[in-house]
Amino acid sequence: MKAFVCVKQVPDTSGKVAVNDNGTLDRASMATITNPDDLAAVEAALKLKDECGCEVIVVSMGPPPAESMLRECLAMGADSAVLISGREFGGSDTFATSQIIAGGLSNLGIGEEDVIFCGRQAIDGDTAQVGPQIAEKLNLPQVTYAAEIHKQGKTLKVRRLLEDGYMTIEVQTPCLITCVKELNQPRYMTVSGILHCYEKPYQVLDYDALKDEPLIDPSTIGLKGSPTNIFRSFTPPQKGAGRMLTGSGEQMVSELVTNLAKKHII
Amino acid sequence: MAFDSSKIEEFSDIWVFCEQRDGAIMGTDIELISEGRKLADERGARLIGLLLGGKGIGEKAHELGGYGADKIIVVEDERLEVYNTDAYTKVICDIIMDKKPEVFLVGASNIGRDLGPRVAARLHTGLCADCTHLDIAMEPYTDFLREASTIDVDHVTFDMSDTNMKMTRPAFGGHLMATIICPRFRPCMATVRPGVLKKAPFDETKAKAVEVERVAAVLNDSDIRTKVLEVVKESRKMVDLIGAEVIVSVGNGISKDPKKGIALAEELAKALGNGVVGASRAVTDAGWLTADHQVGQTGKTVRPKIYVALGISGAIQHKAGMQDSEMIIAVNTNEDAPIFEVADYGLVGDLFEIVPLMIEDISKL
Repeated sequence: MKAFVCVKQVPDTSGKVAVNDNGTLDRASMATITNPDDLAAVEAALKLKDECGCEVIVVSMGPPPAESMLRECLAMGADSAVLISGREFGGSDTFATSQIIAGGLSNLGIGEEDVIFCGRQAIDGDTAQVGPQIAEKLNLPQVTYAAEIHKQGKTLKVRRLLEDGYMTIEVQTPCLITCVKELNQPRYMTVSGILHCYEKPYQVLDYDALKDEPLIDPSTIGLKGSPTNIFRSFTPPQKGAGRMLTGSGEQMVSELVTNLAKKHII
Repeated sequence: MAFDSSKIEEFSDIWVFCEQRDGAIMGTDIELISEGRKLADERGARLIGLLLGGKGIGEKAHELGGYGADKIIVVEDERLEVYNTDAYTKVICDIIMDKKPEVFLVGASNIGRDLGPRVAARLHTGLCADCTHLDIAMEPYTDFLREASTIDVDHVTFDMSDTNMKMTRPAFGGHLMATIICPRFRPCMATVRPGVLKKAPFDETKAKAVEVERVAAVLNDSDIRTKVLEVVKESRKMVDLIGAEVIVSVGNGISKDPKKGIALAEELAKALGNGVVGASRAVTDAGWLTADHQVGQTGKTVRPKIYVALGISGAIQHKAGMQDSEMIIAVNTNEDAPIFEVADYGLVGDLFEIVPLMIEDISKL
């Protein structure tokens, strides 16, 4: 069996966020990381490999520099990596992105016992849409928000998080699972992993390699194939600085409470 | 006749997916129905709720009508009692393909975010995730831009006849806002973040007047490929930050006596009016409060009427989760703390001294 893992290289928004004058994200000036939820997906697949000796294939769609992230996944223990990359794929929204990744996965061949792991959502878009949309396009069942996974033969038992609890869901392979960070603690790269990550199979799938896939239709991929468009992007106005109250503790509190009462806030 | 999402002129009406758990309507349903009413009026269209559930769920239709729905489509089937991706997607897509709504709104809950993308992919249409603001007509949209953006609205030419739903959402922790449209396909779909849209008042007359249409689910056992073995509600009561009007949050400033700091925050929250206690990441990481209390980019985004930050320095991730609160009051010993940049009122001082004074003064009102 195979475990596919979809990973994305994202700007590190936990650090300084740089924005261009035109309101787009200044990606060039920001550090990139592997999307945190996706690392949980990589770890979930590697655990499965530890348990049943499956093959782990990491898959990403993105520009050529995403290779560094895929090599890191190989150094963690994945067996091979695939980068889906091409100008034709640029500007894709979640619909078009899932169309392309689903096309790439079909091209790689999904077997009866295979599992596709994705992160729940990427920190640069926060949509959580690509995983379920890949599942739909491949006509596979999905379980999202997975916080615990047990596999026995062709059956997976998944603990799926809800806001106020959880569900336990049983699903048969092939299927797609999206993972939350709480699922596990991703392992580190090993020294021998780092030494050998450049010897492991690494493949780039461009438009020409995928164009015969039924899912890869120019009318459903890239900017032109994306159902959604940006109508306008803008920056919110800076909130005017508030008032710093002065005086003793009693004076500050008294002024605060008087003002709140005057404004009918309390 | 095959369904074609690109024949946009065939689509009309505003639809809302009304999520239920254990047969009870969710708070987000009421927010979506209230917002949907506004959109339907802008478009001169009907507002229709789609309610799936087990036996008896149809009784909830009137409740939804009371918040502004003209009609509720009810699908009662024991296989829909508990949410299941395959069953819900099939039933919803069948009805949408038959009746062709122009807009379909879904709450951005853990269930809505599982369902929405699946439905959009099957219908071949666009979906905008986690929206915080919606418009159809251009006039309210430009009014919104005037207030919420730095765009000089009066010196920009807009096509005022545009009737695409304009779906606005924050990106990158609120540094940027993006308005998304779906011009070529219908229905135009959005998931909407819980807690940000206003609820309309309940109207008994409207509740009685709501039209109910019952539709049978067409499901084969082979359509459903997952099996829900159990649904477990966590016995511990989670704090409802999203629905709270008053939040008093604590940060690292409580470290010298976390127990007392939290107790003071609870007392202040009560004094300000049925408030709840939130926390910065430092506090949940230290284990002083559980993760459901965390406000911020990795925690919850909140917009209460009053947000009090006690001993919180105001890292960008925390500010991203609370800066849209209507009134922000910050107490911190460090006068240079970034939290003061977003505070309406700043008090430099030790929370252990200031908070008891606040509680005392408020109780005198």
